Amino acid sequence: MTAAIELRAASRAFGTVVALDSISLAVAPGEFFALLGPSGSGKTTCLRLIAGFDRADSGEVLLGGVDVTDVPPFDRNVNTVFQDYALFPHMSVAENVAYGLKVRGVNAAERRRRAGEMLELVRLGAYGDRRPAQLSGGQRQRVALARALINQPHVLLLDEPLGALDLKLREEMQAELKALQQRLGITFVFVTHDQGEALSMADRVAVFSQGRIEQLDTPRALYNRPRTAFVASFVGSANVVEDAFAERLTGRRQAFAIRPELVEIVAAGDAAPEGAVRCEGTLEDVLYHGASSRCHVRVDGGPVLAVARAETAAPPGAELRQGARVSLAWRPEHAVMLEAQ
Amino acid sequence: MTGSPAVLRRASAWFQGRNAFYVALLLAPPLLWLGTVYLGSLFALLMQSFYSIDEYTARIVPEFTLRTYAQLFSQPAHVDIVVRTLLMAVAVTIASAVVAFPVANYMARHAGPKMKAFFYVGVMLPMWTSYLVKVYAWRLILAKEGIASWFVGAAGLKPVLESTLELPVVGGPSLASSYLGMFVVFVYMWLPFMILPLAAALERVPRSLEQASADLGARPGQTFRHVVLPLALPGLAAGSIFTFSLTLGDFIIPSIVGAPGFFIGMMVYQQQGTAGNLPLAAAFSVVPIVLIALYLALARRLGAFDAL
Repeated sequence: MTAAIELRAASRAFGTVVALDSISLAVAPGEFFALLGPSGSGKTTCLRLIAGFDRADSGEVLLGGVDVTDVPPFDRNVNTVFQDYALFPHMSVAENVAYGLKVRGVNAAERRRRAGEMLELVRLGAYGDRRPAQLSGGQRQRVALARALINQPHVLLLDEPLGALDLKLREEMQAELKALQQRLGITFVFVTHDQGEALSMADRVAVFSQGRIEQLDTPRALYNRPRTAFVASFVGSANVVEDAFAERLTGRRQAFAIRPELVEIVAAGDAAPEGAVRCEGTLEDVLYHGASSRCHVRVDGGPVLAVARAETAAPPGAELRQGARVSLAWRPEHAVMLEAQ
Repeated sequence: MTGSPAVLRRASAWFQGRNAFYVALLLAPPLLWLGTVYLGSLFALLMQSFYSIDEYTARIVPEFTLRTYAQLFSQPAHVDIVVRTLLMAVAVTIASAVVAFPVANYMARHAGPKMKAFFYVGVMLPMWTSYLVKVYAWRLILAKEGIASWFVGAAGLKPVLESTLELPVVGGPSLASSYLGMFVVFVYMWLPFMILPLAAALERVPRSLEQASADLGARPGQTFRHVVLPLALPGLAAGSIFTFSLTLGDFIIPSIVGAPGFFIGMMVYQQQGTAGNLPLAAAFSVVPIVLIALYLALARRLGAFDAL
């Protein structure tokens, strides 16, 4: 099957700053694909190469198997939902949505009909005559979506589309976007710095760091089998144990990661489960989060490890006190060995 | 605020809670200026235009009459002056917009920070020079033996210039004594007033809007027509108000450069000075006010301010 999008060794530098360092990836048709990374990691540059707003210094960009490296954005069958939505302020909502048809010479009646349909699709049927400035953030987001979908692109690019929305709305839109993608069956490529968003929406996630793809995997694989310390701590939270202390615990001088929810606090006298890795330490603080508490334990002669403790795991009245001596235990198979960087 | 006198501190405390008083205090000077100095004199001028002059005694008769306006519109020579000035203002405005747009577009959207500063200074620099010096310089540049015609000759385009000067209305014995030359000087003079608001408007158009337009399939020309130009329209309107009204009111350029035909400004100058016909001068100066009001109404109608 031909990939919907393919990058082959694409590089882009701005002056001396390398934004993308020989990136290769392939996105399958109909896939919901996330580009995840901190700001400046190259994920947005990657999106701009696919949209055609920027050109790779070297390497190739293919859409549906066709080399589009030198094709300008207006000749690519790709549409974008911009971070700031980029709605045209001097046009009505319906005119914004119909813009892609207008510049292709579709007649006015047909434009009106299809813009109406798109607005219905994003549940804004009654808002066609308003100006973008009269809409809320979530509504503008949906107008941007309708506008980008009207040309029936093979690929929809979304640049931090939920970044400007508040938490509640963001969660609603996540579900809505996911449902829309499944209904339309088009390829979505979606840039975000929010790992939760990437994990909950995407089929596959490319984790970017310093212009390179650190790991490209399904959300579950990323979380359960992070390959590097960066991925382990950027996707979810993780205790990364390195060097001498790792050697002391496992006998091998290789870094490993252990998720806070997989570390158990064992009362000082109790025996740890059979075969568990065990270490002693002092409780530094406890942050209460409702469903769970987060404990930070300074291990004797070692680093501070985080432990997530489910509310149900703590018997009433048996609260942990700051400064208490505790012992930590985890199953060795839960620790994920990390590649050296 | 250590050491500030107790009185000042008490005054500050008093102002703190009384916003309306503070605003009133701030508003008083501009309102006095606008109300008395500007609107007051404008009203006095309007009053004058409804008086008339006694032709025998040459004294102003302070009684309401429309005779002065009748005089203005019934004499073909007067109407000619109005039409001539209006046509010149329209031509200068269109030419300024056409010349200014690429410059402003480069300044606002393509130039780097250094180049941008250079261009802003370059555009404003001529405004630091005396207006009269510039006009007289232009008269020399455009004179029959001036550098402009020398340059045209050196480029081998003398016949083009000569046949252009033979054209009716715009032509004349030399560039310096033709409407064409006057037009060139007007455009030169008012160009900064067009470039600056236009560049400011273009600078405010977000880059992502152009990208969104291209993304949706618009070619650069379509993006310009449907996105950049409509959003730059308020700047174009602001600039054209300058070029239009400055041309309508100017009396120095037409009296130094160009053909001998009168312009509104010259007429006002002459009627209130040499001729002593203050009512007619007032009536003449009402004409640009009306024309600009009509122009603004038209611009608004065409949606020039929609993007504001």
